[in-house]
Amino acid sequence: MTSLLASSDPLFAHGVTGVVILIVLIKVLVGFGALMGAVTIMIWFERKAISDMQSRIGPQRWGPFGILQTMADGLKLIAKEDLVPAEADRFVFKLAPYLVLIPALVTFALVPIGGTLHIAGHAVQLQMANPPMGILLMLAMSGISVYGVMLAGWSSGSKYPLLSSVRASAQMISYEAALGMTIVTIILATGSLTTHSIVDVQGGGIWHWNIIRLGIVPFVVFLISITAELNRPPFDVVEAESELVGGFHTEYSSIRFGIFFLAEFMNTITMSAIIVTLFLGGPAGWIPNVAHLKWVFPIIWFLLKTTGFAFAYVWFRAALPRFRYDQLMDLGWKRLIPLSLGWMLIVAGFLIAPAWGFLMASLVLLSWILLSRAFMLGQSRETGVEAVLPTIGQRPIPGTVIRRFTDGES
Amino acid sequence: MAKPFDFFGGFKLTLAHIVRPTVTNSYPKVKRPKQPRQHGRHVLNRYEDGMEKCIGCELCAGVCPVNCIYVRGLDNPPDHPVSPGERYGYIYEINYLRCIHCDLCVEACPTQAITESKMFEFSFTNRADAIYTKAELVVDDQGFPQRLPWEDWREGEAAMTGGWMRATSPAGDASFEGVVQWTGDLGAGVRAPEAGQSDNRDDEATGSKQLREVFSRHLNPQDVPLDQRGLQGMMNNARAKLPRRKARGEKS
Repeated sequence: MTSLLASSDPLFAHGVTGVVILIVLIKVLVGFGALMGAVTIMIWFERKAISDMQSRIGPQRWGPFGILQTMADGLKLIAKEDLVPAEADRFVFKLAPYLVLIPALVTFALVPIGGTLHIAGHAVQLQMANPPMGILLMLAMSGISVYGVMLAGWSSGSKYPLLSSVRASAQMISYEAALGMTIVTIILATGSLTTHSIVDVQGGGIWHWNIIRLGIVPFVVFLISITAELNRPPFDVVEAESELVGGFHTEYSSIRFGIFFLAEFMNTITMSAIIVTLFLGGPAGWIPNVAHLKWVFPIIWFLLKTTGFAFAYVWFRAALPRFRYDQLMDLGWKRLIPLSLGWMLIVAGFLIAPAWGFLMASLVLLSWILLSRAFMLGQSRETGVEAVLPTIGQRPIPGTVIRRFTDGES
Repeated sequence: MAKPFDFFGGFKLTLAHIVRPTVTNSYPKVKRPKQPRQHGRHVLNRYEDGMEKCIGCELCAGVCPVNCIYVRGLDNPPDHPVSPGERYGYIYEINYLRCIHCDLCVEACPTQAITESKMFEFSFTNRADAIYTKAELVVDDQGFPQRLPWEDWREGEAAMTGGWMRATSPAGDASFEGVVQWTGDLGAGVRAPEAGQSDNRDDEATGSKQLREVFSRHLNPQDVPLDQRGLQGMMNNARAKLPRRKARGEKS
């Protein structure tokens, strides 16, 4: 057990002693507190930044520049009545918010936010945990948070949340494939699953960062699909206010509703941190030669990069309109999955030998041409949107048309 | 046909909006200047010698489309008359749960006794408070509307109470625009006429501003008035502000 722990985390090299347990405890508490504080600031930051972009003022009443607005909202939510609908599955209804919240917390534990400290003869990595399966845990957790959203919608016993949960599960499964494929690309290039070594490999300057080393494509695919995983605009069809009332949390009130929002913003921070870890070298950056303070600069670099992505998410929300549901599925299945798969093959080829790389690249190019031809043919057939929905005068759909879809006869 | 980089237009626009001034303002702290003809809470005016203008003729009550005004006239007591003339408004009540601020009463009034102030913040905690009586409606000894404890009056808001009256010419005749057709008010005296819809309207005197001037930074470039565009517009704006600043300096 100890050797398994020590294989990825040097803290456990001398066995699990009282000091080690204390260090772990402090790391967990500090990490949890920092994340909670960051979430309150993130909610304030999002509201303030988006109101600036819309020429509004935004929260301003509580604290300087309204920075305590999140606290006030939290207090208000706690004080409200906690309703459970009569039609709801009570146990699942109460469980679902925590299924969304806990993965968000656990994922952040994986993120290295600084280098390694040496305290009392122990090498302390500045991340809450560095398990050997590393980045796979992140994938697993994002899988679990789908359950949270899905079960929340299903257990509400109401039709709009149910529709929302159907959308959520379909959307998240579609984009998880592209997400996984880009992560495989990174793992291939790194040769390890732990987040710490992923960051270590990118340490030697900006040209070693994965965003440049792997080509810009995996980064773009990852950014798009992680935004879809987060259910953030422009992929927020799950919470589309204009179509589904409030989406999966329509029936929720009081602090359970608050937990959903806490988890959503926590996920935004966590995923910004994950992008920074995977593609921008995490805490890597220029470190000036200051005695005793060298450990601070990686943390500052990490915070700066993460803030940059948090701002990017707010910017997406302000700038982009929501995808239609079929456009969302098109982007996921027809574009991102083939693209990430092809790029993974090219990277894998170049890792063996340049000759294999060029062979793979030409194969991918060929299959790209074939695939786009196939999509073109598929679109030109009489199975498009216009065929399914005839013009108003012809409703209901004539039996011949329906039979053509169901039986495939022409 | 969309150009390939049109996709980033939204990003550019939202980023540009960060540095632009906000359209909204923090309302209870900051109040927008009111438009000169805004309809607010009524006032009952007095002549410059302190006599009430209302003669109790009930034309306002008759014209009111929602029957929110209740007036009863009475003969003036001979030894201390309330209004110049035969009769005065003995009872004057307006129910603000009914009033729609159409200002037909202001148009109907033969003596310009009733006009509307710019005060729109009504706050009642019971239905009886919504009925304003003569004690609340008649202007005070300085000629300003009374500042009732539940109303939110700010500095300078009570200055203009005759906007609608000044905006309309008798019988809608354009040739009367800019001609004084009314008697003086206590405190304010004979108010300057507003130019109405004509070209020689005096925005300085009425304190009004064209909306396009106020929002020129939030309009599409092609919608901004020609004299407000670009560097020339900035110079024009600065030049327009100069006499206003001078006037303010002289007063204080």
